Amino acid sequence: MLLIIIGLFSGVISGMGIGGGTILIPAMIIFTDLTQHHAQSVNLLSFIPIAITALFTHFKNKNIETTLCLPLIVFGIIGALTGSLLAVNLPSDLLKKLFGIFLLIMGIYEFFWKGKSRTK
Amino acid sequence: MKNNNKIKFVLLGLITGLVNGLFGSGGGTILVPGLFFLFGIAEHKAHATAISVILPLALISTIVYMKNGIIVWDITLKVIAGGVIGAFIGAKLLNKIPEKILRKAFAIFMIVAAIRMVI
Repeated sequence: MLLIIIGLFSGVISGMGIGGGTILIPAMIIFTDLTQHHAQSVNLLSFIPIAITALFTHFKNKNIETTLCLPLIVFGIIGALTGSLLAVNLPSDLLKKLFGIFLLIMGIYEFFWKGKSRTK
Repeated sequence: MKNNNKIKFVLLGLITGLVNGLFGSGGGTILVPGLFFLFGIAEHKAHATAISVILPLALISTIVYMKNGIIVWDITLKVIAGGVIGAFIGAKLLNKIPEKILRKAFAIFMIVAAIRMVI
């Protein structure tokens, strides 16, 4: 039940266009006994059906800049392979600390800067 | 394609993929501002474009995680069930809750959670 509630809350937040995994993963780490690796895999896997659903609407509304997509995907895949191979080979505790540092930077950015970038 | 743009594509693509694979999330938090600041893409289009770029990256990363036995299907299904209902509620609430306050609250949650995870 706890997992459904955590999913519900992060769904509400991501439905409003603010973060998704950046709230789901720390919530799972704090409120359940999942490891960092498992929490990350839950987010990766649950992103797939949700993204496919969202893309139907975005595609119909012509909101996707398709010319930019292909090169970004090509280099993105190289990055994704490197990143995920690194992740699975790191101890969960170290990965959790690295994630924490990333989350802290993103949190500070969100707190101070995002409002300004939107009004530009 | 201009030379300048090539560097932008390489860097933005690599960093987005690396972060998304390493942390299982966060690709969008890099890519959306990246598309906005580097390519001047309007924010709603940047969101949609980011999802279409990150989807294949998430697929690749999921395969790597799966091969290493890290996927937990039962837990993921529960989170998806909650997430789908939540996303629907979120979309309906979008214009009813002041976004500025929500963003600040969300940022504070991130910072507090981050400190707990590092210590």
